[in-house]
Amino acid sequence: MTSITTTAGAPGTDKTLSPEQLRATFFQLEEHHHPEGDSTMLGFWMYLMSDCLIFAMLFAAYGVLGGSFAAGPGPKDLFELPLVAVNTAMLLFSSITYGFAMLAMAKNQKGATIAWLLVTAVFGAAFLSIELYEFSTLIHEGATPMRSGFLTSFFSLVGTHGLHVTFGLIWLFTLVSQIATKGLIPANKRRLMCLSLFWHFLDVIWIGVFTFVYLMGML
Amino acid sequence: MAIEAVINHSHWSPLLGRLGLDALPQEPIVMATFVVVALGGMAVVGALTYFKLWGYLWKEWFTSVDHKKIGIMYMVLGLIMFLRGFSDAIMMRIQQAIAFNGSEGYLTAHHYDQVFTAHGVIMIFFVAMPFVTGLMNYVVPLQIGARDVSFPFLNNFSFWMTTAGAVLVMMSLFIGEFAQTGWLAYPPLSNLSYSPWVGVDYYIWALQIAGVGTLLSGVNLIATIVKMRAPGMTMMRMPIFTWTALCTNVLIVAAFPVLTAVMTMLTADRYLGFNFFTNDFGGNPMMYVNLIWIWGHPEVYILILPLFGVFSEVTATFSGKRLFGYSSMVYATLVITILSYLVWLHHFFTMGSGASVNSFFGITTMVISIPTGAKLFNWLFTMYRGRIRFELPMMWTVAFMLTFTVGGMTGVLLAVPPADFVLHNSLFLIAHFHNVIIGGVLFGIFAAINYWWPKAFGFKLNEFWGKVSFWLWVPGFWVAFTPLYVLGLMGVTRRMRVFDDPSLQIWFVIAGIGAAMIAGGIGAMLVQFAVSVWKREALRDETGDPWDGRTLEWSTSSPPPEYNFAFTPIVHDIDAYEDMKRCGVTRPVEGFLPIHMPKGTGTGVVLAGLSTVMGFAMIWYIWWLAAIAFVGIIGYAIAHTFNYKRDYYIPAESVAETEAARTRQLAAAGA
Repeated sequence: MTSITTTAGAPGTDKTLSPEQLRATFFQLEEHHHPEGDSTMLGFWMYLMSDCLIFAMLFAAYGVLGGSFAAGPGPKDLFELPLVAVNTAMLLFSSITYGFAMLAMAKNQKGATIAWLLVTAVFGAAFLSIELYEFSTLIHEGATPMRSGFLTSFFSLVGTHGLHVTFGLIWLFTLVSQIATKGLIPANKRRLMCLSLFWHFLDVIWIGVFTFVYLMGML
Repeated sequence: MAIEAVINHSHWSPLLGRLGLDALPQEPIVMATFVVVALGGMAVVGALTYFKLWGYLWKEWFTSVDHKKIGIMYMVLGLIMFLRGFSDAIMMRIQQAIAFNGSEGYLTAHHYDQVFTAHGVIMIFFVAMPFVTGLMNYVVPLQIGARDVSFPFLNNFSFWMTTAGAVLVMMSLFIGEFAQTGWLAYPPLSNLSYSPWVGVDYYIWALQIAGVGTLLSGVNLIATIVKMRAPGMTMMRMPIFTWTALCTNVLIVAAFPVLTAVMTMLTADRYLGFNFFTNDFGGNPMMYVNLIWIWGHPEVYILILPLFGVFSEVTATFSGKRLFGYSSMVYATLVITILSYLVWLHHFFTMGSGASVNSFFGITTMVISIPTGAKLFNWLFTMYRGRIRFELPMMWTVAFMLTFTVGGMTGVLLAVPPADFVLHNSLFLIAHFHNVIIGGVLFGIFAAINYWWPKAFGFKLNEFWGKVSFWLWVPGFWVAFTPLYVLGLMGVTRRMRVFDDPSLQIWFVIAGIGAAMIAGGIGAMLVQFAVSVWKREALRDETGDPWDGRTLEWSTSSPPPEYNFAFTPIVHDIDAYEDMKRCGVTRPVEGFLPIHMPKGTGTGVVLAGLSTVMGFAMIWYIWWLAAIAFVGIIGYAIAHTFNYKRDYYIPAESVAETEAARTRQLAAAGA
């Protein structure tokens, strides 16, 4: 192999460079900082996509089992669309108010950021309360997840989404206390961005649930 | 509690849940193992205490976020679990070799079923996965010229979650039982009605907890490869091992959530009476089989792809040539990554999906052999006219090429649906996947260990014992598994405990002899490690580049300093270090700067410990303990986010000191 001395892109192969020049060609002699948290958004995005797959599996299970009523109640016997519509509105409002929180963050307004986050939490909590009310009504009517394959997959899909919202709320309150004590430092802004992705992601999932489970169930 | 309740394991108390004296080992073999493990464990703990090593281990290893140390810990975990998984294999071989002519063998059905389940679960989740993750952890940041991974704490946490899963599997040996369902726990067998006690619950929680670790480590390594490459290292200049690691981690992130989801569904069925996979109330057990293989087939490519990378590195290095067909290797890897999602149904052609569906999946399966074949030709052409040095890593690589090709061919045979109807669930299938997993994954790991050991520890492995191990392992593999091909063609099904037809016995005896040879190979490997550590001064490598390597990990010292590279290298070509050597670059010896590094933390250990407790409590229905552990996990994780000081600087003076020591070392070595 000794006859081949040059390859594409290697500038050092003509032997005229001095050792110092070679070193400067092959090493970063001055420190170039990776900005801290450079990978965080990418990493969090990948986590979200993996979470999305969990929902995809739950949707798939609903697709397979959604018609298995086992002589029990079906969607038309159970769903109350007006209630679900109100619920959907709560979640969509919470996404808008989270957006306002991010705008306030961009302007470095700590108080306004916290205030909008708390408004978001109120809407999120309203969504969860309505969902729990719906679940308790269903269970009261005997439509428990144990009743049929349809109800198993329904409760699992909607309930998993609700659990995510619950964890989002816990996270939101944690962040509020961190912003209150540390201010809008870069680390906290990054976390706000992550929670923002998470929160809007849950919105997108809910649109899927609302469409495929509730609306199409009533057809 | 009533006697019957104890015998049926149906008793429950608020304090201890299902836990009772009946959870302790009942069978003499398990009891004896328990005593040996307990004594051995006490000896290890005693020795660590006597030599005052706990503080060192805690500070330098357990809480370390250094990707190199985490990588080594993964390898240690894999090795320990490998010994456990192999003892299961030997037990099965002995049972099947003697259970003829009316003999029941020496294992009860209850015990034997646990053994084959545990063997599969352990070998895939707690041997192959830690080995592969460990290799990627150790090598990838070094190959791309980075100082650590993107999320160092997450890396430590991932390792401990994997370990937590392994701990639960090991606990099941002595407290209660393990699943008796086979390694994928198909319902309805794995439903509460047919597996009422704790076995399947151990399975679920071990996989669930370890799965969190695997998923997070996948996210971490993708971010690392995408974001932290040295300047100049474009995607098409990445070392092939890094490429295969990238594809594997993409597969991990895109496949493991499916496992998480399907395990959660099984959990809901077992714990809450849901109807995902039940036979009645509209459940569908076939959905489980589909879902688990949508994870399961990408999983086997998760295992093999990084080893394809290892073979590429080893072949290029030991042939003294650039890898033949770098771009085709990259594209072949990508094609395999995509295709691995389109073949899952070939695991259950016989389930009745119909001819068209079976044909589609049969064809996609056969198509995978094209990019794989391209890879094989690339390796062969790399060797062609190269100056091949038959060191241990190269020997394992050649053994791989021969063995894996046969395994691949039997795989294509099984991909033909009509043939699969005959061979499905037979020992032919067992022989096939051991042929590719041992011949591919395991041989690759052995090549990798022999190749990168000098990088990790600063001395080579002993060659004599390495060769003993090689020559016992490779022929041993063929003696152990060729009979299984024969038996499979004769129609013998898998997971049998006793046999009626005495004419089959000879084949099982031959397979048993092969397993004994493999045992010798494993023993020789342990001796190889011990002898190498003992004679390490004679095997010392001062240069950091014992094999005349081509990629960046060989440009730093062995073992590398904590910060990997004093100055970040700039890449101009594939095989960046070979390029540097050809151009006669000398390393900078002055002008060092402070280096920004992440701080160690015990949070990963604590969270994984709490997860183990929670898993154990859930398995045994100890609800109060599970609740406390769960709240503890959430609380501790939140508390951890209040710690904003996670990094520090290595002062320029200590970098200068480390590098000066390296200069002296190199001068002494005459390099």
